[in-house]
Amino acid sequence: MNQIISDQIASIERVEAGLVSAGYIPSRQICTALFLAIRLQKPILVEGPAGVGKTELAKATSQFLDLPLIRMQCYDGLDESKALYEWKYGKQLLYTQILRDKLASTFADTDTMDEAMTRLGDVGEMFFSEMFLEPRPLLKALQQPQGSVLLVDEIDKADEEFEAFLLEILSDYQVTIPELGPFRADVPPIVLLTSNNTRDLGDAMKRRCLHLHIGYPEAKLEERIIETRVPGAQASLRKQLVNYVQQLRGLDLRKLPSVSETIDWARALLLMHATELDAQLVADTLNVLLKFEGDMASVGPKVGELTYKAREA
Amino acid sequence: MNDVLLRLLRASRGAGVRISVAEAIDAFQAAEVAGFSDRTLLKDSLSLTLAKTVEEKQLFERTFDLYFSRDAVSSTAETGQSSENGGATLELEGEPGMSGSPGEGSGGGGGQGGLSRMMQENDQVGLTAAMERAGEAVGVSNISLFTQTNLYARRILEQMGMRELEREIEQARQVEDYALLDRLERARTELIEQARAFVERQLALFAAGSTRELQERILRTARLSELDRRDFIRMRALVRDLAKKLASRYGRNRKRDRKGVLDTRRTMRRNMAYDGIPFRTVWKREKIDKPLLMFLYCLTDVMSDIRSFAFSSNLEEVSRILEKEDTEEAITQILERIGFGSTNYGLSLADFENLAMGDLDRKTTVIILGDARGNRTEPRTDLMKSIFDRAGRVVWLNPEYRASWGTGDSDMLKYLPFCHQATVCNTIGTLERVVTDLIKEQA
Repeated sequence: MNQIISDQIASIERVEAGLVSAGYIPSRQICTALFLAIRLQKPILVEGPAGVGKTELAKATSQFLDLPLIRMQCYDGLDESKALYEWKYGKQLLYTQILRDKLASTFADTDTMDEAMTRLGDVGEMFFSEMFLEPRPLLKALQQPQGSVLLVDEIDKADEEFEAFLLEILSDYQVTIPELGPFRADVPPIVLLTSNNTRDLGDAMKRRCLHLHIGYPEAKLEERIIETRVPGAQASLRKQLVNYVQQLRGLDLRKLPSVSETIDWARALLLMHATELDAQLVADTLNVLLKFEGDMASVGPKVGELTYKAREA
Repeated sequence: MNDVLLRLLRASRGAGVRISVAEAIDAFQAAEVAGFSDRTLLKDSLSLTLAKTVEEKQLFERTFDLYFSRDAVSSTAETGQSSENGGATLELEGEPGMSGSPGEGSGGGGGQGGLSRMMQENDQVGLTAAMERAGEAVGVSNISLFTQTNLYARRILEQMGMRELEREIEQARQVEDYALLDRLERARTELIEQARAFVERQLALFAAGSTRELQERILRTARLSELDRRDFIRMRALVRDLAKKLASRYGRNRKRDRKGVLDTRRTMRRNMAYDGIPFRTVWKREKIDKPLLMFLYCLTDVMSDIRSFAFSSNLEEVSRILEKEDTEEAITQILERIGFGSTNYGLSLADFENLAMGDLDRKTTVIILGDARGNRTEPRTDLMKSIFDRAGRVVWLNPEYRASWGTGDSDMLKYLPFCHQATVCNTIGTLERVVTDLIKEQA
């Protein structure tokens, strides 16, 4: 780990200040998690509902540590050739074609088959060298000389085989390419895995990671987030809209509004030049917050009451 | 300090947090980095390394708070002082580890007059530390049953120098120093109370696990029909655990190779490296469908994708009730609607034919839970046969022992030819076995 980074994460307060400078308002647990993850060189498994800033955390981390962010989106059917490396077949073919004459001249003065084979062996090595290697996200993350932030997004969407494959990388920061041998990261990347809990991850995976659960933020934190993300919104409006969203989270809805929805809503209200919430305004913009017809229907009749409470609180 | 953490780990395991050795090592490293001076920071760090689900986090945090909230021995202390003590307790945790060095900690010499001095000077910090040390010396963390509370409390007091104190009280009585006597006696009563409270807290921390384990073991083998009402909640938790275990084991999309069918697209892709010559073949794989179970009579929610029916004299679909209400409420509602009639299997099967016969196919498993005692009514085995013909599997779970099948008004033997499987199912243990077998066969 280089000097600058170890300075930046010297204490939890420094981590917090760093994240804030990258426009991410973290909770205490988030700072602790990031601090420990870098110190102990362990991946963080981030769980929580959609839209609470799991992916955003990785972006902010890479920004404040000034490291490249390498993102890998997981999906069913993801395999090594898409996650780790691939040979540049096209380039290999092209080179052999172009170099055909050269090859012919190389073999011209060989007398026996054996001799030709030995020479071919030497040439063959060239075609399976780093020059023809197409690094995919995982390998790329290990190759970065300064280290990197590796975001493995929605790991729960990948299948179990891939999860098992990831274990080697996460514990040793090392992968093996059959033709070239093992690759080891000089500077281990900071790894964040996110999960939406569509399936339970394996115990082996969980054991290797720090487990961070990001829930919906408290009102105060959420206000700070809005303040940073939507600087144009007035303090009174900010307070009211956060109160409103917090109330919605107390209701029995299919999809509770998340931080990202609050931000979107704040932006929408700002565009409409709103300075205060009123029932009509809320009813018009409710579709920014709620994503299901059923939710809209169940909140609809309560809009007036909720708005009143949000303004009074 | 290590002992403190180790004991915390043990307490957390007892509370139900699953902690592996690797995670324990991580926790030690994390604690080292985070330091012990800031309690919330320590809690967060340990929670990050030890608890790997939201529920576990809650459990762990509760244990942590309980563990470090040993209210200093301060029931009568002035309020100002007690708050001071609250801040000081964490630092005290470190002391047992090094208690060997100052002569008073080890052996029985906690007191030598020190006890009465501490009590008279109201030295709460000292008293708490002494009690911790004494607790350590007598191994209070091994406590496993509540009946041991008095035993451990007495041992702790002895370790702290109770005898010395008794002697001093006796002396005070002899020299008729009533003021001192009164003070000492009051302090003694208090100390006994505090020791008991201390041991009770330890019990809550360390014995919770073993007590729960014992109860659960008993519950697993108890006959379902003989369960006590108060065990009902714990039983539900057990069933939920079982269901979760099974669901996560079998709920995933699994695939298996379809031998012999070439996947052209993937084969081409895989062999690009060989100039398109198919060296490596890729076979088509098929997804294995998640098991679809249809419960005919079932009051526990074991799997998703099920339709449930309840019957006595007639049969009704109860899937919606079970889905909407929590279990307790659902059972009440179901009992209101169909309970208390005398069971009539013939009519119930006829109702089932109307409601669901059309939906039965090869993938369906029908599970019937009942004693097959139809009160001498027509058993309608013809309907049972058509269920048997249409459904992939018919499983009958009978709470009665095999020997009593077919005795009296039991029609079990008549239904038996139309079941792929008929099992005695009367404890959680057998239920688990039956359900596991079922899912395995389906997959």
